[in-house]
Amino acid sequence: MEQTAILYGINGPVCTIKGRTSLRMGEMVYVGKDYLVGEVIRLTSNETTIQVYEETSGLRPKDPVYGTGSGIFVTLAPGIINNIFDGIERPLSSIAKDSGIFIKRGISVDSLDQKKKWDTHITVQVGDKVFGGTVIATVQETPAILHKVMVPPGISGKVLSVVPDGAYTIHNPLVILELADGSPKELSMTQHWPIRTPRPYLKRYAASRPLITGQRILDTLFPIAKGGTAAIPGGFGTGKTMTQHQIAKWSDADLIIYIGCGERGNEMTQVLEEFSELVDPKTGNPLMDRTILIANTSNMPVAAREASIYTGLSLAEYYRDMGYHVAIMADSTSRWAEALRELSGRLEEMPAEEGFPAYLASRLSGFYERAGYVQNLNGSDGSITIIGAVSPQGGDFSEPVTQNTKRFVRCFWGLDKSLAYARHYPAIHWLSSYSEYIGDLTDWYNSHVGPNFIQCRNRIIGILNQESSLMEIVKLIGSDVLPDDQKLTLEIARVIRLGFLQQNAFHVEDTCVPLEKQLKMMELILYLYDQCKDLIDMGMPMSYLKQESIFDDIIAIKYDVPNAKLSLFRKYWHQVDHFHDEVIAKNA
Amino acid sequence: MAIEYLGLSEINGPLIALDGVRDAAYDEIVEFSIDHGKDHKLGRIIEISGERAVIQVFEKTDNMSLDNTHTRPTGHPLEIPLSLEILGRTFNGIGQPIDGMGPVASDDFRDVNGLPLNPVQREYPRNYIRTGISAIDALTTLIRGQKLPIFSGNGLPHDKLAAQIVRQASLADDSQEEFAIVFAAMGVKYDVAEYFRRTFEESGVSDHVCMFLNLANDPVVERLITPKVALTAAEYLAFEKDMHILVILTDMTSYAEALREVSSSKGEIPSRKGYPGYLYSDLATIYERAGIVKNAKGSVTQIPILTMPNDDITHPIPDLTGYITEGQIVLDRTLFGQSIYPPISILPSLSRLMKDGIGEGYTRKDHQGLANQLFSAYAKVQDARALASVIGEDELSANDKKYLSFGKAFEESFIGQGEEENRSIIETLELGWKLLTLLPREELDRIDTKILEEFYPVTNH
Repeated sequence: MEQTAILYGINGPVCTIKGRTSLRMGEMVYVGKDYLVGEVIRLTSNETTIQVYEETSGLRPKDPVYGTGSGIFVTLAPGIINNIFDGIERPLSSIAKDSGIFIKRGISVDSLDQKKKWDTHITVQVGDKVFGGTVIATVQETPAILHKVMVPPGISGKVLSVVPDGAYTIHNPLVILELADGSPKELSMTQHWPIRTPRPYLKRYAASRPLITGQRILDTLFPIAKGGTAAIPGGFGTGKTMTQHQIAKWSDADLIIYIGCGERGNEMTQVLEEFSELVDPKTGNPLMDRTILIANTSNMPVAAREASIYTGLSLAEYYRDMGYHVAIMADSTSRWAEALRELSGRLEEMPAEEGFPAYLASRLSGFYERAGYVQNLNGSDGSITIIGAVSPQGGDFSEPVTQNTKRFVRCFWGLDKSLAYARHYPAIHWLSSYSEYIGDLTDWYNSHVGPNFIQCRNRIIGILNQESSLMEIVKLIGSDVLPDDQKLTLEIARVIRLGFLQQNAFHVEDTCVPLEKQLKMMELILYLYDQCKDLIDMGMPMSYLKQESIFDDIIAIKYDVPNAKLSLFRKYWHQVDHFHDEVIAKNA
Repeated sequence: MAIEYLGLSEINGPLIALDGVRDAAYDEIVEFSIDHGKDHKLGRIIEISGERAVIQVFEKTDNMSLDNTHTRPTGHPLEIPLSLEILGRTFNGIGQPIDGMGPVASDDFRDVNGLPLNPVQREYPRNYIRTGISAIDALTTLIRGQKLPIFSGNGLPHDKLAAQIVRQASLADDSQEEFAIVFAAMGVKYDVAEYFRRTFEESGVSDHVCMFLNLANDPVVERLITPKVALTAAEYLAFEKDMHILVILTDMTSYAEALREVSSSKGEIPSRKGYPGYLYSDLATIYERAGIVKNAKGSVTQIPILTMPNDDITHPIPDLTGYITEGQIVLDRTLFGQSIYPPISILPSLSRLMKDGIGEGYTRKDHQGLANQLFSAYAKVQDARALASVIGEDELSANDKKYLSFGKAFEESFIGQGEEENRSIIETLELGWKLLTLLPREELDRIDTKILEEFYPVTNH
C-alpha cells in the first residue's frame, strides 16, 4: 500500500493532516502503523480531517496515512446472513479468532468468508442482455433465504460466457459480459457499495400492506406498513429493546437487520443466543437464518457507531433488490445522534440545540427516507421498513432527537414510564402513540382479516379515550360516584388494557398472536360491552354485573385460548349470553 | 529512549501545553520532574497537533512553572502492574500503593484503558446472586456479571446498602468459587472510605479486597483514571485468575463532574448542563467492562453508586447511566424519612437481567409472577394514596382502603428489614405471598391461574 500523507494532529477519533493532499471526501484511509480504518470528512487547502473508526491511543504525528481511493463500502455477497458484524462490516467472530475476548485495534479481517464454496445455479445464458439488477445466479444462502447474485447497478451488456452450475467462492468469476463499448467485464458474486449512497430502484409505491408483528397493540391500534418508518421513544427501562426484539422475532419480514448502535454488549449476546435457538414460525428454521446483526456497542469506537447505521441500510437495500421484505431495527438512533454530536464537537462546528449539530435533522431524514416499498431495477418488489428506537434524555420527548425524528416517521410508538413502573408491557401508551398508516391499510385489513376490523379498532380506541377523560374525574372524586354506564366504560377499558393491550412476551401463546385472534378478541370484548350496556339500560347496577366472573374470564382469553384453537371463542360468546340471562334472572 | 523537554509553554488548570515535542503518541503517559526532581507528577497526552502536545496532569499543577519542569514521555499509555498480590492492598487513584507495603512485584503491566469486549465472546449472565435483601432478591434480582447501579441522594444510606450487599452476597448454589472485591472511591469523603474499609475488615474479607482511593481532597484529574485502573485490576482477576469479582464504584457523580471540569478547561463545546457531549460514551467505557466471557470461569459484577443531584433522576448522570447499565436500584427520601431501611423505591427500580436468572431451576417458579403482582399492586397503592390525599381516606372505596393497608405493610415488612437481616429467597417469596393475602384474590391479575392455585396461602381469613 502506498503512503499518501503523514499525520499531523490527533484529538480523540479526529485526526488531521497538514497541507494539501490528494485524498477525496469520504475516502477510506488507513492511519498509522496499525492500519486503523478511517474516513476523510473535511478537506481544506491546508488541512485534511479524518475520523478514525478505532481507538486512537498510541498514534503519533508523522505516522503514515494510506489512501484507498474509494469510500467506506460494504462487501455484498453470500455469507452476510446469520452473521454478526461491527459498525464497518467486520465479522466479530473472525475478530475473536484473531484477538480473543477483547477487540484489539487495527485488525484486518475479510468481511465475508473468501474460501467457502457455495452451490451456485446460473440463471442467464450466453447472448442474454443484462443490466443493473438482473439476477445472474442464485445461491441458497441459508435455508430461509435464496441469495440472488445481481449485476451491479450501472452496468449493462451482453453475456459472452457463463460457467456451469457448481460450487464457487465469492470471488470466482461466474459470467463475462460484453459492455456497450465492447470491452469484456467479469462478474463474480461479490460487489461493493459505498455505505452512504442509497442503492437505486425503479419506482416507489405507496404504503398498502402492513408489517404484521403479532403484537396486538401494534397490529391493531398502531400498525406500520411494509416500507414504512416507526420510532419507539422511551426513557430507560420502558422496554424499547424488548419491543424491538419482539418485532425482530415475530414480524413477517423476510429478513431482519438488527443494528445495536451504542447499546449494551449483553443485549447483543442475548439476541445472538436467543435467535439461534428460536424457530421462525413461518419456515421452521432458526431465526438467525433470516437475521443479520450489526453490533457497535456503547464502548466500541464512536465513529464506527456513526457508520453502523449506514452499513445496516446498505445491506438492507442489497437484499431488498433481490425482492425481499427487510425490516431494520435500529437500537438506538439517539446514540447515533450522539455520535454525530461528539464528532461535530471535535470538529469545533457551531452547535445548534443541546450541542447537536445543525445537520441533525437532515441526517435523520436521510436515514428514514431510505425506507420504502419499491419496484427494483430488475422488476421485483421489495421493501425496507425502519423501526428506530429513540432514547430521549431524561425521558423527555421534547428533546431534539425525538422531535426531529417525529417529523420524518409516520408511526410513533411512545413508551410510558408509569406503565412500565406498573409492569404493563408493552408499555406503549395508547394516547400518545399514533400511526399515519391506518388510512392506507384500512382496505387491506378489511379485505384480509375481516370487514369490521378497522371499525372494531376504532371502537376500542374510543373506549380507551373515554376512560382517560373519566379518569380525570375519578382522580378528583373517586370512582364510586360515577353513574353506572360510566363505571361500565371503566370496567371494559380495564378488560381492554389487561386482556388485550398487555401482552406477555414470555408466554408461549401470548408472545405472538395472529391477526385473526386479535380480531376475535376485539369482537368478543365489544360484544361483552354491548351486552353489559343492555343490562345497564335495563337499570341493573354495575355492582350486580361485577359479581360475575365474566370480566376476568375474558381477560384470561389471551392465555386460555391457544392460537391454534380459535374455535374455543364460540364457547365465550355463549358464556357472555349466559351471563346476560343470569344477571336478569337473579335480579329481575 | 530518554528525551527530556525542559520547560512548558502553557499551564491552565490541570492542562499543560508543551511545544517542540517530537515522537510523542496520543494517550501516552509523561512524567514531570519539578525543581530538579524535588517533586514528581504524571500526566497524559490528550491532544497532539504537530509538535504541540496538550497534557492533562493527574495531580495539582501547583508549584509547576514554565521553567522549572522537565517532561519525559514514557512511550506507553498508563499501565499498572498486576498479580494476585494486589488483593488486600490499598492504592491511590492512579494505582500507586499508599499502604506503605511497597510496590506490587510483577512484570505483568496492563494498559488501564482496556479494550471493548467482543459481544460474540460474551456469555449472557444467568446466575443470580442472593443478597438477603428482599426488595432486591425478589424485585430487582442481582445477576452475576450484571452492572446494577444504586441511584441515591445525599444523606441516603447507599453506603450501608452496598456494604450489606458485600457482606451477604452469596451465590445461589453456595459454591466454593473464589471471589474478591474491587473497591474504587472517586472523590468520596474520608469517612466513607473508612466505613467501607472497616466493614471489609469486620466481615473478614479484607484480604480479598483491593482498594483504589481517590478521596474528596485528592486531585480531580486523578479521578478520571481511578475507575479504569480498578476495572483493569478486576478484569485481570476475573478473566485470568478465574475469580468472581464484585466491583463497587463510588461516587460516579464525582467522576462525571471531574469530566466536566476537565472538558470545560479544554474549551470543549458543552451539551446538557455543561457536561461534554461524550459523557455517554465515556461512562459506557466504564460500565461495559462488566460481564462473563467464554472460556473464563470468573466474572465481573459492577455496583456503581451515584448520588443524584437534587434527587433528580432525569439529571444527565443518572439518566445516561440508566441507559447503559442493566437496571438500577433507586433509593427514596420519603421512605428514608419513615425510617424504612433499605429505602428502596421499587417502582423505578429494575433489573433487566432478572427475567433469565429467576424462576424454575434458579429461584422458584412463582418468582416472576409474584414480582409482577407486587409491582402492579404497589403501583395501585400510589394511585389510592393520590386519591386519598384529595378526597380523604374515609371516602375511599373498600378496595382502595385494602390497597392502602397493603402498601403500608409492604413498605414496613417487605422493603424494610434489619441491617443485619439476611433473608433466604424462600423467606422472601413467602413473605410476598403473605402480603398479597391482604388484597382480594380477584385483584391478583398478573399471576398465571395455575401458579395462583398452587402458591396462594390457604390459611387466611
